[in-house]
Amino acid sequence: MKRTTLFASILAFTIAFLVSYNLSAASGGPCGTYLSSDGLSEGECDSADVNASDIASLQRGAQIYMNYCLGCHSLKYARYKRVSEDLEIPLEMFQANLIFGDQKLGDLINIGMESKESKEWFGNSPPDLTLEAGLRGPDWIYTYLKSFYIDDSRPLGVNNKVYENVGMPHVLLEIQGEQFSVCKQIPDIASNGGIKQDPLTGEQLTRERCGFLEVKDGTGTQTAEEFDQSMKDLTNFLAYMTDPMKKERETLGVYVLLYLFIFTILSYLLYIEFKKDLH
Amino acid sequence: MVTKIMNWFDDRLPITATIERHLTKYPAPINMNIWYLAGVLLVVVLIIQLVSGIWLLMNYEATAEGAFASIQYIMRDVEYGYIIRYMHTTGASAFFALIYLHMFRGMMYGSYQKPRELLWVLGWITYLLLCMLGFTGYVLPWGQMSFWAAQVIMSLFGSIPFIGEELLTWIRGDYLISGITLNRLFAFHVVLLPLALIAVVFVHILALHEVGSNNPDGVDVKKFKDEDGIPLDTKPFFPYDVMHDLYAIGVFLIFFVTIMFFYPDGGGYVIEYVNYEAADNLKTPEHIVPSWYYTPFYAMLRAITFPLFGLSAKFLGFVVMAAGIAIFVALPWLDRSPVKSIKYKGIYSKFFLALFVVSFFVLGYLGTVTSTPARTLAAQIFTITYFAYFLLMPIYSKYEKCKPVPDRVYLS
Repeated sequence: MKRTTLFASILAFTIAFLVSYNLSAASGGPCGTYLSSDGLSEGECDSADVNASDIASLQRGAQIYMNYCLGCHSLKYARYKRVSEDLEIPLEMFQANLIFGDQKLGDLINIGMESKESKEWFGNSPPDLTLEAGLRGPDWIYTYLKSFYIDDSRPLGVNNKVYENVGMPHVLLEIQGEQFSVCKQIPDIASNGGIKQDPLTGEQLTRERCGFLEVKDGTGTQTAEEFDQSMKDLTNFLAYMTDPMKKERETLGVYVLLYLFIFTILSYLLYIEFKKDLH
Repeated sequence: MVTKIMNWFDDRLPITATIERHLTKYPAPINMNIWYLAGVLLVVVLIIQLVSGIWLLMNYEATAEGAFASIQYIMRDVEYGYIIRYMHTTGASAFFALIYLHMFRGMMYGSYQKPRELLWVLGWITYLLLCMLGFTGYVLPWGQMSFWAAQVIMSLFGSIPFIGEELLTWIRGDYLISGITLNRLFAFHVVLLPLALIAVVFVHILALHEVGSNNPDGVDVKKFKDEDGIPLDTKPFFPYDVMHDLYAIGVFLIFFVTIMFFYPDGGGYVIEYVNYEAADNLKTPEHIVPSWYYTPFYAMLRAITFPLFGLSAKFLGFVVMAAGIAIFVALPWLDRSPVKSIKYKGIYSKFFLALFVVSFFVLGYLGTVTSTPARTLAAQIFTITYFAYFLLMPIYSKYEKCKPVPDRVYLS
């Protein structure tokens, strides 16, 4: 038996070695060429910190969505009424401020734009976003929303770090302001993790890194922090859209688990009692 | 009064006798261990799948236009619809996890050896049916991965020489995967395959109760009986195993419910993220991966990268993949060992079984990631070691030195 264990462990170690050093070739992160604010990692998404219990954030997100996104992006698997209930927005207020046109509360959140026409306008019809947060992940959406920058070579005048050559215009430009892709000097990091210094003067060495995003002051209605928070709210709303039953599900799950724990403990005691017969 | 009614029935239908034979008085070896739980849990999951499946069916729409939206309708508008659906998706993964454990138990303790060959073959058929159920069910939500997985798997039939293309069109019922394909897979998934599965599971259990359960020592417990003809080293199924199983079911359900309510996506393994997008035949996903329970075989399919004897690499890969699934059925006739349980088998059997497990897991991992030259090489090596367990078995199981098997079960 001991030799078997030895064989097995040698094999297991070989596998672990192979897998970690040879087989898992590191590929870029999910967020395209998005550069973290310290300039050290590329393609990693920023965290959106979604929180399904933060009703205020969800309400703000819904407001942004209905005003800026719904023109093109439907939420065709969800209904207005459910959103107003889940987000604790009174029906009358919801109807007056967040439903446009003659749609009814019980309707699915559809849009008037024909996909045939939009395909002609944008090259691709804007996707439905009900399940986008499930498909891409909230962090991707959050980072994507922050990553539009002015690029005159593109037909719509903007490009995106996360989704290169995206066909979508920067709808939130008036809030965020004009963002540009710029180059900066960043500290040069040595291979041991320390900052490289000039051996004579002791000055920190820097190198140029391009691709940082920077907003031109005073061009948007919100500050950088406010805009980040708005995008977090919008992302939170989309995460809610994908999984509107999350809160209810997790609450119910706790009760089901409690029941099962009691059931299991009782059946264990019963089992122990019967087991005594066998010896 | 009750006795009278029961007698009336028993004279016309052997109800009491059947219940005693298959449930209450079925003699189960006293040394059964935790591995023996997979069987009873599989029955639990089968029931979960049947019940949740019926309720899903009440609101599912089997058309290319409506399938994807009907799933979202179930998730959002049907009362507790999300519970029904997550039960079914979690159940699918649990089904495979448990059947792999169940099969491994059989391989470890030689449960396929005489007189349980037919029992093993019947079990293998349930596994095949489960694979088909898993595949057909996976297509029904009509998401991107549903569509493209169907595309990839069905195209394998197109690689068969001479008849491939025609066969493929016949299977799909169209020149490409379409609503017609969806409808036939739907018919298989909700009628034909479950009916067959229930029937085969039923016969599997009948066969089990005919030959009796094996045990971790691989000892024939029927050799020594008491004066009533009941094997000495057994206990009646009721109440001892029922109580034991009830407790085990409780523990299992705690895990099951935790995934269902708190991690229904299972990190993208229970429900793939790509399937959040509706099927689009003009847009191929970046990399197409099967569900986790098929990945070892998918890795075998991709491992064959070279044509041979005028046969395409794709067809050869298909053959190797099919052989990887089919070869389990040959185990009773590949094993020449005089002993059943791995406990008493020799060092080679132990080594090759360990090698098999490692191969299965590594192939499973390789099937989930995109291929690189290094990974393809690894997949080729581990495909060989996977098959080595089976194909070399007639040799190593015959010539190795086994330990003596005790007459009766040994309780530690």
